[in-house]
Amino acid sequence: MGRNRHHYLVMILPVLVVVLLGRLLPTWTLSLATVAASNAMVALGIVVLARTGNVSFGQGLFFAAGGYGVALIANSWGTTDAVAQVAIGAICGGLLGLVIGPLIARYSGIFFGMLTLALSMVFYGALVKTTVLGGSDGFNIGRPSLFGIAFVDPREADFMLYAVSVVTVGLTAIAATVLFRSEFGLASLAVRENNLRVEYLGISASRIVAINFIIAAVFAGASGAFALMAQRHIDPQFAYWTTSGEFVFVAVLAGYQTVAAVFVASLALELVRSFSNLYLPNTWQLALGIFLLAVIFFLPRGIGSLWAGRRPKGTDQASATPTAAEEGAPS
Amino acid sequence: MKPLLSVRGVNKRFGAVIAAHGLSIDIPSGQKVSLIGANGAGKTTFVNMVTGYLKPDVGSIALEGIAIERRSPRNIARLGISRSFQIPQLFIELTAAENLLVAIAGLGSGRPSLHSPAEARGHRERAIELLQRFGLASLADRRISELAGGVRKLVDIAMALVRRPRLLLLDEPTSGVSAEEKFVTMDRVIHAVGHDAATIVFVEHDMDIVSRYADRVLAFYSGRIIADGKAQDVLKDPQVRRYVTGGAR
Repeated sequence: MGRNRHHYLVMILPVLVVVLLGRLLPTWTLSLATVAASNAMVALGIVVLARTGNVSFGQGLFFAAGGYGVALIANSWGTTDAVAQVAIGAICGGLLGLVIGPLIARYSGIFFGMLTLALSMVFYGALVKTTVLGGSDGFNIGRPSLFGIAFVDPREADFMLYAVSVVTVGLTAIAATVLFRSEFGLASLAVRENNLRVEYLGISASRIVAINFIIAAVFAGASGAFALMAQRHIDPQFAYWTTSGEFVFVAVLAGYQTVAAVFVASLALELVRSFSNLYLPNTWQLALGIFLLAVIFFLPRGIGSLWAGRRPKGTDQASATPTAAEEGAPS
Repeated sequence: MKPLLSVRGVNKRFGAVIAAHGLSIDIPSGQKVSLIGANGAGKTTFVNMVTGYLKPDVGSIALEGIAIERRSPRNIARLGISRSFQIPQLFIELTAAENLLVAIAGLGSGRPSLHSPAEARGHRERAIELLQRFGLASLADRRISELAGGVRKLVDIAMALVRRPRLLLLDEPTSGVSAEEKFVTMDRVIHAVGHDAATIVFVEHDMDIVSRYADRVLAFYSGRIIADGKAQDVLKDPQVRRYVTGGAR
């Protein structure tokens, strides 16, 4: 346990280094990194859920719930603190996940995916028709502050948001790493493989799925807060199926083996999108599609398979029998 | 004294097929009971009803007086009934040790910790100790997908033992094992199980295994029990010879 704590402290160091690196980066990369980190958080939630064998095609629902929750509270109560807004976004997403998760956990496979998509589109439709929330145009919020400090200089404001997003995402990554290595994380993989056997071991498979679903909703809600703070505007597009689709893209690119892969995949996707948009303005979607196809073709288990998922397990079928010494074990 | 397992007047139909008809059985603690019968006789249906996978149409099933016939498999597992399967039900992309660690994570209330490492000290040792009993410790870090069928069967039984069940049901523990390996495998199973489960019910087709290991034999035919007693008596029963063993003994 002590070694684990030491390990997690070591994981915080790169987070601090990345925050400080932001001082050296050009302004446009700060925005890009903030968006990438924000998207990675939602995708990480999808990966958490995918470990149970279920993919959500509707994380835009919780992304939008977090964003709208923060925007409404900011405009009503004047809450502009970035950390508070992230917490509010996470709570809004989590509460919605708490309602939906236990209901949806009894479904699996394509039914699960389509239900999540349907719920997000219902929410999108409701937002478009709700004039008090700005309808399809949405509404704006003010610039975020941090611990009572207002940031007037745009570069400083961008850096603040970058720093908060990197620290939040870093802490989320550490939490996800703890989760993946936990008893619960292993049980989640077991649900993916054989949920009936999980039940015969005394574990509720639907409870495992529901908890993972709620965790994914919390991540998406917090991410919605970041997207809102970065744009200072929210509209129903947050809940639209293409928004959810982008998060699934990142999750597919990453694979489900490691947490770090999700952030690498998100950053890679943002870079490809930005540069292809810059140099191929009329065909950038084509470039993005080719990139996705290349990753799926060459790394079918995701970018994470480059450095994970190759545990030292034998491949020799013939040797997969008890050793001679064990054959002689008392019987 | 209450029997460990008490089954009273249990019926189960699948359409026109009668899988259980008026089954009434008491199994006291400490017995090794073998269920025999031709395919479709109702042995696996009986196991599935006792473990909660199927609900009887009528009748009651109780574990030490606690009604279990309407409970879920996970509730029944928590009460102390574990099972293995005819076709091993494992997590094939996980290693043998990880399969046992999942079972260990489900101990107690069946709520795995969100922060305690799955391979925490004590858990891993327990998993290896269980594999060692079956002579499989050297395969602890091999994925199930890489293991032979007979080995999978033993891992399946080892998983069922993690909860130290009061009643262990084994569905054809030696099926898929070669004839010359059957006794070795069964010796190993009985020895390994002996530590943790006092009462064993096993479905078996091999009458040599039945007569060697069972204290008591229940012969099934068309969802009914046609003979119940010691192996040597049941296997000589004319009805059993006619409908189950085919006059083999």
